[in-house]
Amino acid sequence: MAKMIEIKNLQKSYQMGKNSLHVLKGIDFSAEEGELVAIMGSSGSGKSTLLNILGLLDVADTGEYHLDGKLIKNLNETKAAKYRNQFLGFIFQSFNLINYKNALENVTLPLYYQGMGRKERQKKAMKYLELVGLKDWAHHLPNELSGGQKQRVAIARAMAAEPKVILADELTGALDSTTSYEVMDVIQKINDQGNTILVVTHENDIAHMCKRIIYLKDGVIEEDKKIKQVRASEYVQ
Amino acid sequence: MKFIFDRNTWQEIFGSIQKNKVRTIITVIGVLWGIFIYITLAGSAQGMDNGFEKSFESVARNSLFAWSQSTSKPYAGYKTGRSIQLKFRDGEILANKIPEIEYIAPINARGVFGDSAATAVRGGKSGSYAVYGYIPVYAKIATKKIYDNGRFFNREDMEQSRKVCVIGERTQQELFEKDEDPIGGYIRLDDIYFQVVGVHKFTQTTPFENDGDIFIPFSTFKKIFNKGENVDFFAIAAYDDADVVQVEKDVKAVLRRNHKVHPEDERAFGAFNLGEIFNRIMGFSKGITFLSLIVGLATILAGVIGIGNILLISVKERTNELGIRRALGATPREVRMQIILESVFLTMIAGIVGIILGAIVLSALNSATEGIDFPYTNPTLPIPLVIGALLIMVVLGTLIGLIPAQRAVSIKPIDALREE
Repeated sequence: MAKMIEIKNLQKSYQMGKNSLHVLKGIDFSAEEGELVAIMGSSGSGKSTLLNILGLLDVADTGEYHLDGKLIKNLNETKAAKYRNQFLGFIFQSFNLINYKNALENVTLPLYYQGMGRKERQKKAMKYLELVGLKDWAHHLPNELSGGQKQRVAIARAMAAEPKVILADELTGALDSTTSYEVMDVIQKINDQGNTILVVTHENDIAHMCKRIIYLKDGVIEEDKKIKQVRASEYVQ
Repeated sequence: MKFIFDRNTWQEIFGSIQKNKVRTIITVIGVLWGIFIYITLAGSAQGMDNGFEKSFESVARNSLFAWSQSTSKPYAGYKTGRSIQLKFRDGEILANKIPEIEYIAPINARGVFGDSAATAVRGGKSGSYAVYGYIPVYAKIATKKIYDNGRFFNREDMEQSRKVCVIGERTQQELFEKDEDPIGGYIRLDDIYFQVVGVHKFTQTTPFENDGDIFIPFSTFKKIFNKGENVDFFAIAAYDDADVVQVEKDVKAVLRRNHKVHPEDERAFGAFNLGEIFNRIMGFSKGITFLSLIVGLATILAGVIGIGNILLISVKERTNELGIRRALGATPREVRMQIILESVFLTMIAGIVGIILGAIVLSALNSATEGIDFPYTNPTLPIPLVIGALLIMVVLGTLIGLIPAQRAVSIKPIDALREE
């Protein structure tokens, strides 16, 4: 299996006035294609920082980062934007849908930035909305959708660009447990198709629906174990 | 550049503009108002300019009238208070000595400067009217509009001292029947019969003219009223590029020399300088045009700054949206272009609507002032000025869009995403 993500001795500190806050103190980690990894840890353990660096939204101080075999180094904002567009899909806790665009338009957005034509991107977006079970809701605005539906739109959007890796930051953080399982069910199905997914979460049950859990504590990896996946479909009627 | 002409770019911008209607409308109003004021003001100023110009169209714009008074200084053995009489020769000397003079016409008048008016009789009707003696070239200085079928004097009239006359509109009304053609008819002036050859349309060029004036050839006037070589006043038209104030000074200087008047005697000769008045009014009108341009442009500027302001606020409001766009792969350039194109697009739309509204108001003003005695004609704005205004708006729209655009990309996407 090809290594999708490979990081070596990743360090990151934030300057807070005169004090510097050392958040990541040397992370070595790799993920292969088709993995579903949960990154766990208490707040302040650096899990979101790690995800942001992996997502090219933030830059590490030192260390190496290979994404799909490419060394990510000295990216300017334009290049980072291109890489995010081509290689990465994001799912956020607060959904981050554009509120004046309907579900379909939200899903087409990454395709727009890929330079795809209107018809083609709508067709493709529709396909992914169908995949997350929201075909009939394509023309609804985000505020007409429930939390779970919004997150499924966000998943469809992350999928639409057909990225190498999908990064999810507390994707169930704003949802109740039933809805959370529904969303995880979708994530698992996507993973079954071979997509590499990294999920940051602090919820144990969500973490156990992944295939591997990494525990972060005080900026280092405390534990990295493969687990037996709990299928979310068991909880979904 | 390809980005600007890409249909997708515009669909994205239309989407953003269309779905934030209130924001769009508020943004547009500022510039719309600005360009509307600009068009209306500048167009009205132009209308006034045209109106003034029209008021002066009957007279050569560089014309003046000169007459003699009495001296106020003793000179060359003459006492002060000597009254001066202009002679026919004076005109020839003036024309020879002052190259700026294009036309000069000696004029004699009766019933204008204190003497009694002539009585005109026709059948049982009569009235008293001022009578002027003109040479044909006078028509070049002050265009006398003659009604159809009629004519002004010609050389034969002058050379043969024909007894022909051009009468005023009022004279026609008072001496002729309503549906009677006055041309070819006869009127009696001081026991001499004159044939009417034309009726002039009255236009006020000098303060003492009126619509009853009767014109006869200068040579005829001289004979029947015993004027000899005397001339009451001269009408002078200078070339268009001549300085009419200087011409007036030269004319007076030449006349002083001819009549042995003290070179510094300001009172010996009087002049009514239409050219100077015309220039002053046109200067005033140009001033108004300039002022309206400045006010209009300042209003546009204020409107554009308003657009920039609202975009700046909306960029703040849209921090999250722009963060999402960048997380999904929008490059800083694409984000910047989107904001700038939104700004330019809104400015253009506002500008075009403003121009249309301004044009509507101008044409309404035009029809409202039609037929009213008000110097306001054909209020138009030259196309280059309109295009210039649009260009200014595009440039300003871009420049003002740069500020929010730069702000939009100065926030890191990760910080932008955190903002709720």
